[in-house]
Amino acid sequence: MNLVKSALLLAKKDLFSEWKTKQVLVTQIIFASLVIVVFSFAFDPSNNMTKAVIPGIIWVIIVFAGILGLNRSIVSEQRNDTMYALLVAPMEPAGIYLGKFIANFTMIMIVETIAIPFLFLLFDFNMAGSIPYFILIIFVGSFGFVSIGTFLAALAGNSKSSEMLLPLLLFPIASPVLIGVTQATRIVLSDMSKLSSALAWTQMVTSYDVIFFVISLFLIDYVLEV
Amino acid sequence: MIEITKLTKQADNKLILRGIDIKVSKGETVAILGPNGAGKSTLLKIIAGLIKPTSGLVKMKGLDIKKDGFEIKKSIGYLPHASLLYDHYSPLENLVFFGKLYGVEQVEERAVQLVKEVGLSFFLHDPVKNFSRGMVQRIAIARAIIHDPEILLLDEPHTGLDQGAMTILNNVILTMKNKGTTTLMVTHDFKQAAEICDRIIIIKNGKLVDDFQVKDQSIELVTEKYARQLEGVS
Repeated sequence: MNLVKSALLLAKKDLFSEWKTKQVLVTQIIFASLVIVVFSFAFDPSNNMTKAVIPGIIWVIIVFAGILGLNRSIVSEQRNDTMYALLVAPMEPAGIYLGKFIANFTMIMIVETIAIPFLFLLFDFNMAGSIPYFILIIFVGSFGFVSIGTFLAALAGNSKSSEMLLPLLLFPIASPVLIGVTQATRIVLSDMSKLSSALAWTQMVTSYDVIFFVISLFLIDYVLEV
Repeated sequence: MIEITKLTKQADNKLILRGIDIKVSKGETVAILGPNGAGKSTLLKIIAGLIKPTSGLVKMKGLDIKKDGFEIKKSIGYLPHASLLYDHYSPLENLVFFGKLYGVEQVEERAVQLVKEVGLSFFLHDPVKNFSRGMVQRIAIARAIIHDPEILLLDEPHTGLDQGAMTILNNVILTMKNKGTTTLMVTHDFKQAAEICDRIIIIKNGKLVDDFQVKDQSIELVTEKYARQLEGVS
């Protein structure tokens, strides 16, 4: 079975599991909603200065809601040693990584689709910038965060305290992505005159995404070894 | 069918396997016996491709596991002590998923047939998490053979099974043997080893210390040889 086909099969399995158990996605959405509600009380939505914190809030939601799912996606394969079943099956370890990545990425996109409009609604935010650029930045940033996170979750998964280890590994390594996309988000939401700067940040993040994604595909073989 | 040459495995400065040489012919059923910590499961995991050896050569069907691991995996059915099943999935969903991973054609029909063979047709759509250990192990057996493997690797498969599940497992092994499947079984159960297997291998401290054919399903022979080799080892 080729790499993409087996990855899609694994992703479908993970998403179907989530559909049945509703463990991760519901937790992620509740967490995201809670963050939005707390921030809406902390900052006065009628104050113009409040708009400045929205890019930060968006990425706080994505990072912390994302981390809930990343760790779970690997830990769930340790129950009944199902990871062994995947490793003995005729699929490349890169296929396992790709499958997990697709499932995690899909779930974080669902969370974003629900949480971001809710955030804009609660903060009474009128978009002054460009929606397509905003979507592009969210896509690029989420891609980088999830690709790094999925790899590090597999790395931390072998540790007994994987839930603690994953954020410790992930935050420093994902910080260039987070800095870049937060800056780019701020620009496209508020000041389109600096679009070239936003595009430069996006290009930097895209390069980082591609490098880390390719490195992860090559190194996952060593990380998943029993 | 399986050719292992000078196989060693080191982990954390401890030598788990110390130069194992084994040849297993097609259709042979071989039991691997030995005390706890002898390296039996490690040997099976290396053959299954779960861990990489430190040195040595593992060939199956004439292919090197290091170079042609992907091709070899298509022929291997692996059944360890854990079930390797998804708890919230039903037997049918589990078998269909693994069947698709192995590229099994008409996978739903095959899955339904296997669930029927292991006597759990009535529970086809129930989640595995509600099953007893014996029922889970029956589905685990079905999972291991969903793709009709040429090589069956079993790690203590009889542990914790009720009589019904044990009979089903033995029938599966014997049916697969008649089809020409090569079976390697790590076990502590001398009775099952003597009844099912053609040949016994004894491993002690990571070394192969005995390798003999079983005659007339003689458990006495197995017990005697094992006691002789493992004298002084708790």
